[in-house]
Amino acid sequence: MQLAVFALFALLSLVSAVVVVAHKNAVYSTMSLVVVLVSSAALFVLLGAPFIATLQVLVYAGAIVVLFLFVIMLLNLGRENATGEAEAPRGSGQKWGTILGAGVFAGTLLALIWRTYGSDSLEPLQAEAVATKPLATLLFSNYILAFEVIGLLLLVAVVAASVVARRVGSAGEAEAEKEG
Amino acid sequence: MVPISYYLLLAGMLFIIGTLGALTRRSGITIFLSIELMLNSVNLTLIAYSRLLGDRMGQLIVLFVMAVAAAEAAVGLALFIAIYRHRHTIDLNRLNLMRW
Repeated sequence: MQLAVFALFALLSLVSAVVVVAHKNAVYSTMSLVVVLVSSAALFVLLGAPFIATLQVLVYAGAIVVLFLFVIMLLNLGRENATGEAEAPRGSGQKWGTILGAGVFAGTLLALIWRTYGSDSLEPLQAEAVATKPLATLLFSNYILAFEVIGLLLLVAVVAASVVARRVGSAGEAEAEKEG
Repeated sequence: MVPISYYLLLAGMLFIIGTLGALTRRSGITIFLSIELMLNSVNLTLIAYSRLLGDRMGQLIVLFVMAVAAAEAAVGLALFIAIYRHRHTIDLNRLNLMRW
């Protein structure tokens, strides 16, 4: 039963990952990324991390993907980008070299994982292993500093993003006002 | 129960697909999406090991990775907007000012 659920979501995420990478239209790529993220969330639940799965759907598949779609809409990427890509391809030698390198890396990695963990299986989940409370205790006691730093990082990122993305003309006007 | 190796294999494959995308595509947005894919596969690995070892540290790291990914996406997309204002493209083949 669990294996069936795993197989379903694993297959879904693999196919959608290929679509993310291969589709010419950026909007389709982004929507496939949503499928990958949601099926990963399902796998997180299967691994006994329901809190992380919830965050994955809320933060990743919600907020970050909306950010991506917003930028695609703002820059009007989509069809035009697809045609631009067709007229100026990257060197095909580079592409095949990349694919060959990735294949060798994949083979080595998968063989290693298979040899190490191929036979062992997990014991069933206990109720206390899934509970969120120990996670929160750990987060707000031992790792409170990291938590605060992450909050600060997000604040800095938001400020930096709005500074970088602001219109240059309006910045010049603001400076002119300051001087005048 | 599903063996842990299945999760690790899946995460490895997702990571490799993401790497391929990041190295072979030229649209800035698609490369960004590939990087998100790679981050997500790393998260899957962390959760799988957290389950195998019965240690919650992995889940906490995933929490932090998500926050960093959000910050990275915000700044990166803002950079794309700024680049698009100047160059009217985010095709990485045409952004070759620093290339020799």
